[in-house]
Amino acid sequence: MELTLWTYEGPPHIGAMRIATSMKKLHYVLHAPQGDTYADLLFTMIERRGSRPPVTYTTFQARDLGGDTAELVKGHIKEAVDRFKPETLLVGESCTAELIQDQPGSLAKGMGFDIPIVSLELPAYSKKENWGGSETFYQIVRTLLKDHSNESKDTWQEEKRRPRVNLLGPTLLGFRCRDDVLEIQKLLGQYGIDVNVVAPLGASPADIMRIPNADVNVCLYPEIAESTCIWLERNLNIPFTKTVPLGVGATQDFLKELHEVLEMEIPQSVNESNNSKLTWYSNSVDSNYLTGKRVFIFGDGTHALAAARIANEELGFKVVGLGTYSREMARKVRPAAKALGLEALITNDYLEVEDAIKETSPELVLGTQMERHSAKRLGIPCAVISTPMHVQDVPARYSPQMGWEGANVIFDDWVHPLMMGLEEHLIGMFKHDFEFVDGHQSHLGHLGGKGTENINQGVKTTISNDSTNTSSDPIWTHEGERELSKIPFFVRGKVRRNTENYARQAGCREINEETLYDAKAHYKA
Amino acid sequence: MSGATLLKESGPKEVFCGLTSIVWLHRRMPDAFFLVVGSRTCAHLIQSAAGVMIFAEPRFGTAILEERDLAGLADAHDELNRVVKNLLARRPEIKTLFLVGSCPSEVIKIDLSRVAENLNIELKGQVTVLNYSGSGIETTFTQGEDGALKALIPLMPKSDQKKLLLVGTLANAVEDRLISIFNRLGIDKVESFPPRQSTELPSIGPETKVLLTQPYLTDTARELKNKGAEIIDAPFPLGVTGSTLWIQAAANSFGIDKSKVDSILNPLISRAKEALAPHVEKLSGKKLFLLPESQLEIPLARFLSNECGMEIVEIGTPYLNRDLMKAEIDLLPPDCRIVEGQHVEKQLDRVRDSSPDLVVCGMGLANPLEAEGISTKWSIEMVFSPIHGIDQASDLAELFSRPLRRHDILNPTKTLTSN
Ligand code: SF4
Ligand code: SF4
Repeated sequence: MELTLWTYEGPPHIGAMRIATSMKKLHYVLHAPQGDTYADLLFTMIERRGSRPPVTYTTFQARDLGGDTAELVKGHIKEAVDRFKPETLLVGESCTAELIQDQPGSLAKGMGFDIPIVSLELPAYSKKENWGGSETFYQIVRTLLKDHSNESKDTWQEEKRRPRVNLLGPTLLGFRCRDDVLEIQKLLGQYGIDVNVVAPLGASPADIMRIPNADVNVCLYPEIAESTCIWLERNLNIPFTKTVPLGVGATQDFLKELHEVLEMEIPQSVNESNNSKLTWYSNSVDSNYLTGKRVFIFGDGTHALAAARIANEELGFKVVGLGTYSREMARKVRPAAKALGLEALITNDYLEVEDAIKETSPELVLGTQMERHSAKRLGIPCAVISTPMHVQDVPARYSPQMGWEGANVIFDDWVHPLMMGLEEHLIGMFKHDFEFVDGHQSHLGHLGGKGTENINQGVKTTISNDSTNTSSDPIWTHEGERELSKIPFFVRGKVRRNTENYARQAGCREINEETLYDAKAHYKA
Repeated sequence: MSGATLLKESGPKEVFCGLTSIVWLHRRMPDAFFLVVGSRTCAHLIQSAAGVMIFAEPRFGTAILEERDLAGLADAHDELNRVVKNLLARRPEIKTLFLVGSCPSEVIKIDLSRVAENLNIELKGQVTVLNYSGSGIETTFTQGEDGALKALIPLMPKSDQKKLLLVGTLANAVEDRLISIFNRLGIDKVESFPPRQSTELPSIGPETKVLLTQPYLTDTARELKNKGAEIIDAPFPLGVTGSTLWIQAAANSFGIDKSKVDSILNPLISRAKEALAPHVEKLSGKKLFLLPESQLEIPLARFLSNECGMEIVEIGTPYLNRDLMKAEIDLLPPDCRIVEGQHVEKQLDRVRDSSPDLVVCGMGLANPLEAEGISTKWSIEMVFSPIHGIDQASDLAELFSRPLRRHDILNPTKTLTSN
């Protein structure tokens, strides 16, 4: 049993709903109690969908449990098939139905429908949303393509046509998937590569049946599509790309990888074709101030990994924290963190993430909606880079994350929460003038400043408590406090802790101006 | 007696489960914590309905059952014990802990009352541990509050003092206002249940007169009656008429002179009617369809038809308590169709067939209906907004006139058809 105040991922059947709702001409009968219908609002509110998810909930009640719940399930299945006339039926259960073991999938299969039926078994007590999405997509593809012959087919060169790829993995409630698909489609078009099928987003069962017509699968979101890509490679000999085109460098690598897999000549122009402004903007003089900005990254695996690379290589930030809530992606995130001299934070506990943010005193947080809230409380600028998200992460304007335009969007989204370069200089110069209140930050309104105060107060009270209780802890003198207040707010907490540690080690009872500089020198050395 | 037609329907439903009540209960009693014993689905439901992210440490959470908890029952009880103690260690400000049952905890038969009992013995009054069910196989949406209040009743001290007890969660400001009106009428002792601090429970006895502020408190009302309290018969305090009748019923039962009541309420009534007028203009003649969710549907329909001139197509309600709702149903216009239960697909077919101007519905259904050109109002807003009492009548009406006004602003050429 695990105490959860908030969770990054929903249960696995939510993942299944994401696949079902992303697709067309498919219906999902979910054996679940009435309260589980809340899931509809994720799509109709967060994603502002103008149609209901194609889901029929059996909404069984306690009084049904004594009787024949299997008959109840069958009744709902029949009604759903009659009403919605799907081309493929998904049947599954949520956490509660899993316990009563009606096996709705087998029930449906015994009902004599002439459409494919995909029976989903998503263990609700051990797995989560992304796993459920991935498994559902895999089961759909497997069910629809299992009888497809895997005789080797002619290559695009032999057939004298343009190469064709599938874009696999985009879903509803994924981060900016809708726009990423458009961006990648455009990008591939420029290289003479056609898109065969995009799935699950917008695909019908008939489209899934066309997957084998492609030469290569592009695995855009490994969380959702990797297991399907592996199956398609093993069973239908369709290779897939492993690089996710997030950021300028990764987009270039992706193009190179795709050309290699397609056995296509890599055009000389791959590097020059980079028409993202990120590279130049990052090189421009105004961006000097971005150098070494301390950034903390947390999100799903794919976006956290990409963010680390972009921050480190393309924006010249310093990554001070990297982590993911996705246990399935921990295997990839750990070495990436290690390469940056960090230990990856793998957790589903947002309070642990918040603590890590405090501990590392970043100047920018890149995270999920939850980190946006944590950062706001701490008075640190933040940009959202990953699910879980909120309405504001489904913008009206075109704003992909992938490809060249995606890199532009990323530059804007990450840099705007920070203070502008010139502005930062001015504030540095004039910060002692009365107009500049402590903790002044660009574009954060007043919340930022307030949050900072709160933290400081919190720290102060603990210190004064300590000083009365345990005499071993050093006391800040007035001068010490004054000097500390000149240090930028975002590192102040850390400096305070370091200085106290230093004072304790050095046996200082009082911390004055000099102790602060001693400590500074000590930790720099 | 009204000629309302009462129908029942069954089929796939689209309603929240009782866990959702936690969203307002935790705000009402800031010294209480609500621990759902459930699954990741339950945790996800509450966070999706409540927008939890704004709280650093919310006063509710979920003890998520994992595979190993399902294996053996004794383990689940021990595990829950451990989780509770960790929680209490981290949150020493908690005075009352509600263990909230869910579908999974009920299906695997975790005995929350036993866990609560043992914890109460161990914790020796430091924290009071209670339990109730908010499960979707037993309860819908507002019934969760009914369960939570019922769980508190055994702790209410006895008293023979004559008093008025307002039962059901109200917005604090609205509650203050209602109490001050009762005071002016001469009812000095007015208390509320749930209280604003979980530890300050009102006392109860034969001289307690209960006035329900919310229509969904079936079990709570019954238990209070068993404790000797008298439940005052009245419609619910929504709209001018409903609130007036509600206040009058209490005044009557305290034997307060009618002329005194009138002299105090009449100025409020005429002021409220004036404020209501612009909304009536917008709402009058418009067709309203209420989908079942909060059990507030019948009083809302009564207000919107009788005082705002709306035409009622259908009133859906997840559950109909004929006794508590009698005064309301009597006030409804004849031929009103009340449907208890739901077949969401068939009901939506009826919505489309009747092309209403406004539909009151859950959050999952609102945008799909808007996309079909039908204005909507979230029913969950009714349990969050200060809408009770004479003074609030125009605010309540505004909740419904705003979507129509907006529709007209955005679609100046298309007038909503009301027939
Ligand atoms: S319906 Fe049952 S399983 Fe679903 S969220 Fe509510 S209590 Fe949990
Ligand atoms: S809001 Fe403040 S920080 Fe932002 S641009 Fe204006 S003056 Fe500068």
